[in-house]
Amino acid sequence: MRWLLVKDLQILRRSPLLVGLLVVYPVAIALMIGFALSSPPGKPKVAFYSQVAPGKGRVSFGSQQINISKVANELFQSIQPVRVRSRAEAIAKVRDGQASAALIVPGDIVNQIQSLITQGVGSPTVELILNSRNPLERQFAQQAISLRLNQVEQAVSKQVLRVAVSDLHQVLNGGSVQLLGQTVPLLGLRNSRTIIEGTISSLPPSSSLRVALRQVVAFADLAIEGLGFASPVLSSIGTPLTVQQTQLAGQTTPTATYAVAIAVIVSLMFVTLLLAAGMLALERSENAYSRLVRGLVSAEGLLSEKIVLAAGCAAAVTLVMAAAVSAFVHLDWGRFELWVLALAFGGLAFGALGVAIGGVAREVSAASLMAFLVSLPIAFVALIPADAVSSGLKTFLDVVAFVFPFKAALEAASNAFSGTSPGIGLPLLHLAVLAVVFGLLARLALRRFASA
Amino acid sequence: MSTTTAPGEQTAAVVARSLTKRFGRRVALAGTSFEVRPGELVAVIGPNGAGKTTLLSIVAGVLAPDEGEVSQPPGSRPFGWVPQQVALYSKLSVAENLRLFARLERVADPEAAVKRMLAETGLEDRSDEEVGHLSGGNRQRVNIGIGLLAEPSVLLLDEPSAALDPRQRERLWEFISRLAARGTTVMFSTHDVAEAERYGERVLVLADAELLFDGTPVELERTAGGGTRDFESAFVSFLRERGH
Ligand SMILES: Nc1ncnc2c1ncn2[C@@H]1O[C@H](COP(=O)(O)OP(=O)(O)O)[C@@H](O)[C@H]1O
Ligand SMILES: [Mg+2]
Repeated sequence: MRWLLVKDLQILRRSPLLVGLLVVYPVAIALMIGFALSSPPGKPKVAFYSQVAPGKGRVSFGSQQINISKVANELFQSIQPVRVRSRAEAIAKVRDGQASAALIVPGDIVNQIQSLITQGVGSPTVELILNSRNPLERQFAQQAISLRLNQVEQAVSKQVLRVAVSDLHQVLNGGSVQLLGQTVPLLGLRNSRTIIEGTISSLPPSSSLRVALRQVVAFADLAIEGLGFASPVLSSIGTPLTVQQTQLAGQTTPTATYAVAIAVIVSLMFVTLLLAAGMLALERSENAYSRLVRGLVSAEGLLSEKIVLAAGCAAAVTLVMAAAVSAFVHLDWGRFELWVLALAFGGLAFGALGVAIGGVAREVSAASLMAFLVSLPIAFVALIPADAVSSGLKTFLDVVAFVFPFKAALEAASNAFSGTSPGIGLPLLHLAVLAVVFGLLARLALRRFASA
Repeated sequence: MSTTTAPGEQTAAVVARSLTKRFGRRVALAGTSFEVRPGELVAVIGPNGAGKTTLLSIVAGVLAPDEGEVSQPPGSRPFGWVPQQVALYSKLSVAENLRLFARLERVADPEAAVKRMLAETGLEDRSDEEVGHLSGGNRQRVNIGIGLLAEPSVLLLDEPSAALDPRQRERLWEFISRLAARGTTVMFSTHDVAEAERYGERVLVLADAELLFDGTPVELERTAGGGTRDFESAFVSFLRERGH
């Protein structure tokens, strides 16, 4: 097996064009995929119609103000607004496909918000019209807008709480308020209590007022104690609520790292499959197979040699690729041994699949074509998000992801690169099992097709 | 491997017993038996598709027969095998091909075997050239050289002259005759009747999977009737009389 390995490496070294293609092509594909996945899609076009009169967009409460047009500007960071002058025009834009959504702000939004803040009644509403033709586009626009509206909502509730807390503080400790352009001092509960305490002690012991004022002090104590407790609770609510986004049934690897993992595994798959299938088919097309099977090498030995050759070369290429990419995207170098493990196991599983393909084909070109035809749908199917399809199709996708090495290799690599859960053990085991299964299939294919 | 060692004594270099091979419903070889004595030069002759390659592949151990078996004397070296299509790595040089197969055959001294074969095939000055760049004749020489690396006592050649021009053929037969003269048993196939008559000490006639004749060229001529006709027309009429 050693001499066959040496021989194949010699052949590869003398086929610079083939090797160049084998390396450049997958890397190019991988980079394109990586870019496509990591660069965010453009902002969705949203028709925007505000019925709020210019300059009337301010909501004030307490000493604070919310500027509606500022909120709108923030929203425009996530979308590409197409300003229109009527509700009908906004709807027409969506219907014509010139905008994927329309956002209509009613003229009384300011009053609505004001009443919610001051009286606690009403629910300020904006109108969102979505294009139902393209579900992906619709989802995209909806997400962009609802994320922003969430932030606005949070900003408002934070403001309200901040005002409430500071008002409470003033009730307790005193301060001043602006009323009709004048500063009015506010006494505060604690000071009131102290004043009353002083008043009581200055009264003659027999005064009937004493009893009444004692009751006022007792109430003040109770109120101070209660409000003193309420204040920190309120301020804790008032601190920014962090939104924890959890994607169900998804992985939690950072997006950029995940994109790198995809690019690396796509390359690994292409290089391994093409090498394993091609080099095995080469033995047949050069007729050397008939010499080898005369007891010089066992079929198992020949297959293992091709798997090791393909996995070794591909793992080396993709390892270099990952190292190069780590200059731009954070990959955890502390887990380097796991990178090697993930790529080696992935390479072995893909290599076994490759020789199963090569065992069927008689010629290098046929083998390469088959390897290519097999790999594209495997990658494609493994990358379809599970929540984007019906449950029947989802079962099918799950089966494909389980039967072919792509998904497992991707999980292993993304774990190796970023150390996020789920762990690397299960994917590696999965890959090892697939390597054995495809190796056995290749053995069968060779027995079936070698004499034909 | 279908080559087994027969129990008891065996004087023949190759013994084939009722070899049968089917590809699906097609019978490629139908119960063929023969023996080859040591040092003999045997021609397997027959039209294309007669089963020559199938027969030699089974003897060589490349194909397993469906029935029957091939045996050789106990302790003898494996047969040398030269397939019909040149079986070489075209990206490797002449010497690298020879060296690779010498190592795979576990020849005691691979480097010495490479040197010897380069000398015997007269390809010393081409040893570093990629096989893919060689002429058809030279490629066939390397192909044969690989079959001889392990110094086999029996050499099987499948249509060795088919792809060669007349001058290259001449040199090939000189080479094979030298081997036979040194005592190597040679079994070759050909569809060229004249070649079989000229170089074969014995001919096996195969047609449609059946062994029709086993004897010397002279005997074949006689069987086909009268000494008036030349060998080629005798062969043709022999086949025609038997319905082929
Ligand atoms: N691998 C194969 N699969 C199917 N049929 C085959 C195979 N090899 C040979 N045959 C058939 O068996 C017959 C004998 O073939 P072969 O031994 O190659 O003939 P020859 O060498 O005399 O030209 C032919 O009819 C051929 O088509
Ligand atoms: Mg033939």
